[in-house]
Amino acid sequence: MRRGPGLFNRLSVGAGLVFLYAPIVLLVVYSFNASRLVTVWGGWSMRWYAALAQDQAMLDAVSVSLRVGLISASLATAMGLLAAVSLARGGRFRGRALFSSMVYAPLSLPDVILGLSLLLLFVALGLPRGFWTVTLSHATVTVGYATVVIRARLASVDPSLEEAARDLGCPPATAFAKATLPVIAPAVAAAWMLAFTLSLDDLVIASFTSGPGATTLPMRLYSAVRLGVNPEINAVSTLLIGAVALGVSLTSLAIGRRKEA
Amino acid sequence: MRRIWRLIALPYLWLAVFFGLPFLLVAKLSLSHTALAIPPYAPQLDLSQGLAGLAAFARALSFETYARLVADRLYLSAYLSSLWFAARATVLLLLIGYPMAYGMSRFGPRGRRILLAAVILPFWTSFLIRIYAWIAILKPAGLLNQGLSLIHLPPLALLDSDAGVLIGLTYAYLPFMVLPLYAVLERRDESLVEAALDLGCTPAQAFWRVTFPLSLPGLLAGGLLCFIPMVGEFVIPDLLGGSRTLMLGKTLWTEFFADRDWPAASAVALALLATLALPMAVVQRQQAKLAGEREA
Repeated sequence: MRRGPGLFNRLSVGAGLVFLYAPIVLLVVYSFNASRLVTVWGGWSMRWYAALAQDQAMLDAVSVSLRVGLISASLATAMGLLAAVSLARGGRFRGRALFSSMVYAPLSLPDVILGLSLLLLFVALGLPRGFWTVTLSHATVTVGYATVVIRARLASVDPSLEEAARDLGCPPATAFAKATLPVIAPAVAAAWMLAFTLSLDDLVIASFTSGPGATTLPMRLYSAVRLGVNPEINAVSTLLIGAVALGVSLTSLAIGRRKEA
Repeated sequence: MRRIWRLIALPYLWLAVFFGLPFLLVAKLSLSHTALAIPPYAPQLDLSQGLAGLAAFARALSFETYARLVADRLYLSAYLSSLWFAARATVLLLLIGYPMAYGMSRFGPRGRRILLAAVILPFWTSFLIRIYAWIAILKPAGLLNQGLSLIHLPPLALLDSDAGVLIGLTYAYLPFMVLPLYAVLERRDESLVEAALDLGCTPAQAFWRVTFPLSLPGLLAGGLLCFIPMVGEFVIPDLLGGSRTLMLGKTLWTEFFADRDWPAASAVALALLATLALPMAVVQRQQAKLAGEREA
């Protein structure tokens, strides 16, 4: 029988959650601050959201980030699906160790190393830096995350379903698409969301691999933050946090409903 | 049987080109020297001259960048200070993360699910934004000092200091420490603790002799998952640290963007990689073991 949480347990969990959430809550509250000084409260106001709507550079950066995220997350999820299936179902094959370390290494490598090495590749290949170099870089560094998420789900799927489909005459690809894919679909969606969020969030790799005309939102925010705190940054951040919270809750609702059905 | 290659060819090739090959380029560049050119380094490999070009290229490579890095005290201090920052932050993370993960594991199934979601959620919000939020809290006239003056305490100078960097590191990596710890603590077998209690252990003894040793794999995983990326962290020391805060990630960034010294940036990257290779291998081995257990 498991004992319930004691006072010390409740306090340590509570304090940890306050530490995690207080900065985010303060950031959101101060985005509605009328004062130009971020840390001096001047009453409630929406003026920084109005200012944001006029800030063309910021809006362009949002659009670049969204496009980079959509394309790179789709590429990463497709490759992550292939990689997860090969690692989970492929048994032993030649080069498995090299393959799995290339898949998983970007998860723990510092961004500065990944950014620098990708940039050197683009320079060596003579590719002009811009939208596509950022997109390819993001796809590369997020494949590992997509693979982890899909592979974890795949581990709990019974391979005999797919084998039965093959025995009944389905070609392998069809057997996979009809027997396994529907079961792991929520994990594939989660992998896409994760890759998309990571792409939307990345500053370091984008700074190395981007070029003129492809300033992503984090790059734009970073150059604004370097000049000091500014209520407009709080407003953008609040919108971004709201969008992410909405996306995450919709996804988990959808996955939860599937599980119950 | 070799059908596997039809599945794996695309991701394998992709990763070889975009992940493997670039590391060879970093190695090559760290042996080059800077030049007033575009791109700003020499020698350039000229394949149109065939083998002669390759030989001339190989002769022009040298270890001079590494010699320069070793001779300059700045790089060595940045290297040591990165490790020191990451080590201190890992200890702080353990002190905060362990009681938190343990406390979470004591809740009922519904409470555990909600708490788990609450720990993961901040991970989905932008890293840059969460670090930015701390600037407003830590700056001299910021929210923390306003709060301190309300209760008549002297202000703290935390922004642009080592303390600021440690707070930022601890804050940003807390979920990475809590999740692996929680994963092992949640699965623990309470009957082992009961047996220890029946045999006369006090609850504290039972914890230190049974629960804690069993949670060591989670502790190792969490510690390494935080330590490795923290050593190369750039955003946190840049935004929360002072001009004298030295960390390798920041050094690499400055060499590359401000000084346009690509060979030095590459050599720094390789030094970082060499340092992190061993802990990364441990993490990979552990992850492979976990994945294997799940698939078995």
